[in-house]
Amino acid sequence: MLWLLSWKNIWRNKLRSIVVITAVTLGVFAGIFMIAFMNGMVEDRIKSVIRTEISHIQIHQPDFKENHDFSLRINNADSLIQKIIQTKYVAAVCKRIIISSLVASAETNTGVIITGIVPDEEKKVTNISDKIIVGKYFEGRGKNAVVIGKKFVEKLKVTINKKIIITLQDINKNITSGAFRVVGIYETDNTMYDEANVFVRYNDLCILTGLNDTETHEIAVLLTKNESSETVKQELKKNFPELEVQDWMELSPEAGYLVSAMDQYMIIFILIILLALCFGIINTMLMVVLERVKELGMLMAVGMSKPRVFFMIMLETVYLSLTGGLIGIVSGYIICKHLEKAGLNLYFWKEVYSSVGYSSFIYPTIDFQMIVFTTWMVILTGILSALYPAYKALKLNPAEATRTE
Amino acid sequence: MNIIEIRGICKTYDKKTLPVHALNGIDLTFQKGEFASIVGPSGSGKTTLLNIIGGLDDPTDGVILIDGVNITALSGRKKTQFRMKNIGFVFQSFNLIPVFTVKENVEFIMHLQGISKEEREKRTNELLDAVGLNDKKNNRPNKLSGGQQQRVAVARALASKPKFILADEPTANLDSKSTENLLDIMEKLNQEENITFIFSTHDSRVVNKARRVITIEDGKVISDISN
Ligand SMILES: Nc1ncnc2c1ncn2[C@@H]1O[C@H](COP(=O)(O)OP(=O)(O)OP(=O)(O)O)[C@@H](O)[C@H]1O
Ligand SMILES: [Mg+2]
Repeated sequence: MLWLLSWKNIWRNKLRSIVVITAVTLGVFAGIFMIAFMNGMVEDRIKSVIRTEISHIQIHQPDFKENHDFSLRINNADSLIQKIIQTKYVAAVCKRIIISSLVASAETNTGVIITGIVPDEEKKVTNISDKIIVGKYFEGRGKNAVVIGKKFVEKLKVTINKKIIITLQDINKNITSGAFRVVGIYETDNTMYDEANVFVRYNDLCILTGLNDTETHEIAVLLTKNESSETVKQELKKNFPELEVQDWMELSPEAGYLVSAMDQYMIIFILIILLALCFGIINTMLMVVLERVKELGMLMAVGMSKPRVFFMIMLETVYLSLTGGLIGIVSGYIICKHLEKAGLNLYFWKEVYSSVGYSSFIYPTIDFQMIVFTTWMVILTGILSALYPAYKALKLNPAEATRTE
Repeated sequence: MNIIEIRGICKTYDKKTLPVHALNGIDLTFQKGEFASIVGPSGSGKTTLLNIIGGLDDPTDGVILIDGVNITALSGRKKTQFRMKNIGFVFQSFNLIPVFTVKENVEFIMHLQGISKEEREKRTNELLDAVGLNDKKNNRPNKLSGGQQQRVAVARALASKPKFILADEPTANLDSKSTENLLDIMEKLNQEENITFIFSTHDSRVVNKARRVITIEDGKVISDISN
């Protein structure tokens, strides 16, 4: 009956209760939505870091990453790849030559990193081939083909099928250069990447530089799932102690940081919202107690014990916050679940997002754990904000009920 | 045996400016089945006295024995328990829980006592019959007249089968017809069920119904007449 009494009591002042419930609903909804949104953004970013830019694990000669020294090469690349592909959780492996170079078009020239790839192998590891917006990803047999990013196209002022000159150092430290035809233009979500990465065929680069085709600078490894990165990394480190084996978190610390910082941000975010709601609820419940001084006095006079009065006010507060909280959680969940499939197209901010490496098409993702956490936090907020008003009610005197002035 | 025995009750309210001596040494006894009224001018200490008898307030000095139990010595929780089981209250206003129906209001205190559902229903029906409001049992208090509300309050006060009922100016907000009606019901309950009523009042018609009239002034009993 006490439960019923509390529930009925919150509907005494409908407008006020609805205002509080709405505030809680909006707060919780905003929290859930923001979290799902940020989650979606981060997951998308991680996905493109792994699937487009880095893959899960890369292997180099020690120190190669620091200065891209041409001479720091892995020799017997192909037999190494054979071994790696046997490792558990490994989905695909490919090799790359990486050389700093100068690229010139008819209009202008600029320094850029050239990556020599084996297109059929590379396709299995990274998805640049899916990001082609003009032309093809190394189809046909034409020699000296190059695939470049959209941003780089703009910088170099070239178009598809035009030739560019790539100048670099060969194996004997002589300057050499070759003319390459632009066969494909790609665009990822990250304009910085598009500007800095130019792809040519492995063999073309070997011919130009005089490298043997079993020599390589970089071996990229794609795994069957993100969570295995650490295990496989350790395994490969053990097998190739003389090489440097790094996972995507080390190779892109900012992406690794995103993952670890995200949870903290989300918790802080939720706490701030709930703290604000807490004060609103306290304020309302204090008003409630003040309004009902006489009635509470009467209840105590006729035999309602202080713990029961305390409990009644607590219940009312928890009902209020929980009603709002549940509406917020459920609506947030439904909407985010929908958007998880449908996606949210922020095309009007595309420039802003892609300049920092994010897709403007966001799929908010919500995980169940976060919902459970939020639900508990809402209940906790209800209880915490109930404490003070309920304590105030405790301090009331039953003799008050009889005083009519 | 006396169901209520009051000895040397004093009550001083500690106001910051100057203390108010609301009660100055009251000695009274009440027997089972009394129908007594406490009268006196405004500020004479009627409410204070009833509150202290009912254990809602503590006296500054003196003792109150209810059926031999010294309630001034009881701790807060024990006192609440004691009140719930032994004393019925009817106030001038704010007697009922506005969100509950008449029936729920009467049931509530029995619920707090942990009385079974069937027993509760049975007793609620009996009590509402006794105050002539069984047809209104599913109404909220705000659908009832002031007199009807006070009758529900009497029924509610009786729910826990108390030893006596304290009523502080129960008719103060009622018109003369409702006043008469309420008093008739109280009188009937007193005569037929031997229920003890102690009530304060300003109203001479109410005083005329009482079989014992205690007059207090300035916190002292100045006359105590039984007829
Ligand atoms: N809580 C309080 N604090 C201070 N003084 C009080 C308090 N309650 C009552 N008093 C004072 O005690 C005295 C007795 O008050 P009480 O309410 O008992 O009188 P009463 O006979 O019931 O009056 P009324 O007929 O107006 O209801 C009055 O002078 C009153 O001002
Ligand atoms: Mg009074």
